[in-house]
Amino acid sequence: MAATRIDCDIHPAVGGTRTTLLPYLDDHWKEQVVSRAIDGLDLNSYPPNMPFSGRADWRPTQGKPGSDLAMVQRGAFDQLGASHAICNVLYGAQAVFDPYMASAFCKAINDWIAAEWLSKDSRLRASIVVPLQAPDLAVEEIERLAGDNRFVSVLVLAQGDNLLGKRHFWPVWQAAEKHKLPIAIHAGSQYRGAPSSIGWPSYRYEYYLAEAQAMQAQILSLVYEGVFGKFPGLKVVLMESGVSWLPAFMWRANKTWRGVRVEVPWVEREPASIIRDHFRVTMQPFDGPPDAAGVADIIEQIGSDKMFLFASDYPHWQFDGDDPLPAHLPASLISRMCEDNPLETFPRLKLAA
Amino acid sequence: MARHIVARTSEIPPGGNKVVGVDGRDIVVFHVNGEFFALLNRCPHAGAPLEKAACVARLTSPEPGVYQRSRVGELLRCAWHGWEFDMRNGQSWFDPKRVKIRSYPVAIESGEELQKGSYVAETFPVHVEDSYVIIET
Amino acid sequence: MSDVIDRPILEQEVAAKSRLRIVDCDVHPSIHAHADIEQFMTRRWAEHLRTYGSHLRTPYIGTTPYPRSSPLIARRDAWPPTGGPPGSDLAFMQKQYLDPLDVEFGILQVLDLFIFSQQNLEFGAAIQRAINDWQLAFWSDRDPRLKASILAGQDDTELAIAEIDRCAKTGRYVQVNICPRANEPLGRRRYWPIYARAQELGLPLGIHVGGYGGHAPTGGGWPSYYAEEHQSNAHTMAAQLTSLVLEGVPERFPNLKIVFIEGGFGWIPSATWRMDRHFEAFRSEVPHLKRKPSEYVKEHFWFTTQPIDEPDEGKHLRSLIDWVGADRLLFSSDYPHWDFDDPRYAFRTPLTEIERTRIFGSNARSIYKF
Repeated sequence: MAATRIDCDIHPAVGGTRTTLLPYLDDHWKEQVVSRAIDGLDLNSYPPNMPFSGRADWRPTQGKPGSDLAMVQRGAFDQLGASHAICNVLYGAQAVFDPYMASAFCKAINDWIAAEWLSKDSRLRASIVVPLQAPDLAVEEIERLAGDNRFVSVLVLAQGDNLLGKRHFWPVWQAAEKHKLPIAIHAGSQYRGAPSSIGWPSYRYEYYLAEAQAMQAQILSLVYEGVFGKFPGLKVVLMESGVSWLPAFMWRANKTWRGVRVEVPWVEREPASIIRDHFRVTMQPFDGPPDAAGVADIIEQIGSDKMFLFASDYPHWQFDGDDPLPAHLPASLISRMCEDNPLETFPRLKLAA
Repeated sequence: MARHIVARTSEIPPGGNKVVGVDGRDIVVFHVNGEFFALLNRCPHAGAPLEKAACVARLTSPEPGVYQRSRVGELLRCAWHGWEFDMRNGQSWFDPKRVKIRSYPVAIESGEELQKGSYVAETFPVHVEDSYVIIET
Repeated sequence: MSDVIDRPILEQEVAAKSRLRIVDCDVHPSIHAHADIEQFMTRRWAEHLRTYGSHLRTPYIGTTPYPRSSPLIARRDAWPPTGGPPGSDLAFMQKQYLDPLDVEFGILQVLDLFIFSQQNLEFGAAIQRAINDWQLAFWSDRDPRLKASILAGQDDTELAIAEIDRCAKTGRYVQVNICPRANEPLGRRRYWPIYARAQELGLPLGIHVGGYGGHAPTGGGWPSYYAEEHQSNAHTMAAQLTSLVLEGVPERFPNLKIVFIEGGFGWIPSATWRMDRHFEAFRSEVPHLKRKPSEYVKEHFWFTTQPIDEPDEGKHLRSLIDWVGADRLLFSSDYPHWDFDDPRYAFRTPLTEIERTRIFGSNARSIYKF
C-alpha cells in the first residue's frame, strides 16, 4: 500500500429519502416519506448540477456526484491517492424542522453509510450526522453509534439556527468528548437565516464565500461561551472553508479579547492559543496567496503545523487533475497533514480496523 | 534612587488618583483599599492616560456563568482599549510578564518624620500634622 | 516587549509628530442635544422624533443590543468637561485630538440616530437631511479641517438621490455615505442608482460599519457577547466587498471609488484570495465579471486602517500591508471611540516614507480631492 494519506473530507451523496434511505427508516417514517412524498432534501448550499458541486470527470452518468461507490473509490483512492477517507454526508436532515423526523433521517443516513459504504470498503470512515434541532436526540444518536469505531467524528453545519457554543448544545459536545469524537463543522447552511449580517446574497458563489465568516463566528462562539474549559478534550475540525483567513482573524480575536474579556472571564487565555489547541482545518479549498513566499507566510502566521488536515473535498470541484495537494506547501507540512494530524485529531481512526 | 514627596495623603480620596510630575514623567498615584500605588501615567499599549482608567475588581471565573471578584478597585481598565493592569505591580492581566506599566514604590510618612529627614527631593510644603505620599524613582 | 512605552515623550518626538500632518478618515462627531438637530427639521418630524423616536430592528430604545465595553462606546477620557457626550464639543475635540495630533483633515462619520436603519423611511430622510445640514453648521463651518459626508439613506433610492443632489450643490461634502447593514447586500440592483449618481458627481462612496439590517451578525445566528458582535464588523465588510465585486458594481460604475470605513484591513487579503480561488468554478454564474475579482479590489476599493491588527510579530503586519497595498489604505482613528487608533503608535512595524505619506495623507487627498 502507498503511504498513509488520510482524506478527511469526501462526500458520498444520498439519492433521496424514498430511495436510498428508505430501507433504513422505521415503518412509521417509511409510510410518511412515501405517502407524503417527503424527499428532495438536498441542501440548498450544494445544488447537484452546479459545476462546483461535482467536478466534470467525477459525475456519474446517472445520479448525483458522489452517489456511486465504485466511482468514489476510483476518484478518491486510485486517482487522488488517499489511503483512507472520511465520509461527510451533506443531506438535509440537519435542516428539517420536525425534530423527530430530523432524528429519523439522521439515523437512516448513518445506518446507510455504515451498511453501504463503510462495510464495503475498509478504507472508509464516516462522521455521525446528528439532529442538533434536539440536542438530547443528538446525544442519543452519538451514544447509539459510539460503539462503532468506523464513525470518527460528529458532523454539523456551519450555519444553523444557533451558534454552536451556546449552552444548550453542551450535552452534545460532552458526549462527543467522551467518545473521542471531534466535531466536524462543515460548510453548509439550513438556509433560514442570511449567511451574514448584510442579508441574502444574489449568487451561490457569494454564499459559498460567506462560509468562511460563518466558520469564524463559530470559532468565536465556541471559544467565548467557554466550551473548551468545560470540555478540554474536545477538538473541532473546520471543513471546506479555507484557511488563509485564520491569521488576521486570530489577531483580531486576541485584540478584542484583551479589551473586553470581562464579558467572558472564563476565557483565560488568548483566543489564538485556544484556537491552535482545539481547532483543525481541512486543506481543500486552500485559499492562500498565489506565490510560494506568501503561502509560507500564511502557514507561519497560523503558527501551528498541527492544525492542517489533508482533504480532497471529492467530488466538489476544488481543483483539476490528480493532485489534491495545494501548491507551495512545505514538504514537512504535507506529511504531517496527511497522516500525523488526522490520526491525532480523529483518535478513533485505527487504520487497521 | 530618589525619594519624592508628591502629595498629602488627604489630597487623594479613596478610589481617586492624582497625577504628579516627577523628573519629566507623569506619574499617577491611586488610593484604594487603604493603600497607595504609583504608576507611570501612560498605558504601555498606546499611551492612554491611566488616570482616566476605570478602577475595577480582579475578575476571574472557574466556569461559564460564575464571576469571582477580588481586590475590588485594584485593577485598572485602560480608558481606551480596556486592557487590564494590576495597580500593585503594573502587570497586565493578559500577559503579566511581558506587558506591564512601570510602577514605583510608594511610602506613606508623617510630616514629623519627613521634617527630620534629609532626603526630601522635591520642594513641597510639609506640615507636621499631615501624612505624605512618597514615591521612589 | 519592544512596544512598551514606559518613558516620557521626547522633545524630538513632539517635533516629529507635528510633521505627521495626518488625514483622518473616521472622526465621530456627536449631537450635543436634540435641539441642535431639530432646528434643521420641520415641526412635523421634530415632533415625530420626540414622540415616536427611532424605529429600528433592535430590541432596546435606549441602547445597543450588545452592551459595549465602555459608556457610549467611547474612550473614557473623551467626555467633554463642559458636559454632553464624547465627540459633541468641538473645542474639546480640537484640544484633545485635532490640534495635538496635527490633523490636517478629518472626515466626519455621523452614527447618531441611525439614519440608515430607520424603518420609517420618510423620518429617516428627515433626519438624514438635518444631520447633513448640522455637519456643516456645527462642524465644517466652525473648523474647516472637518469634512462632511452626505448621509444617504440607501433604502429609499429616490429620497437618497434627492438628498445627494441637494448636498452636492454646496460643493462642501466629500463623499456619499451608505450603510453596510442595509435591507439588502449593497451590490444588489436596487442600490445602483445611488452609485450612478455618486459616480456622476465624482464623489466616493463611503461605507462605515454599523446599522441594524435585521439580520443576525453571523450566518449561524445571534451571538451572546459583544466580543463576537464587535469582530463581526469585519465579516460584514468582507461580505459587502464580495457583494459589490460579484454583482459587478466596479464593472458597471468604473469611476466609482468605494471606501470601507472602520472594518480594519486584516481580512482583505484572504477575502480576495478566496474570491479568486473559486472564480473559475463559479464563473458561469457571474458572466458579467470581465476580470478576476482581485483586480477590481485593487483598483476600486480603499480601506481605512482602524481597528488595526496587532499581531505579536511586526513582520506579520508588514506582510499584511504588502498584501493589501499601501495605495489602498487610509488612516483613520475612530476618535473618540474606545478602539481608537493613535496615529503615532498604531503601526507596529516600520513604514517606508512613501507608505507613510500615502496611508496618512496622499491616498485620502487624492480620492477626496483636498
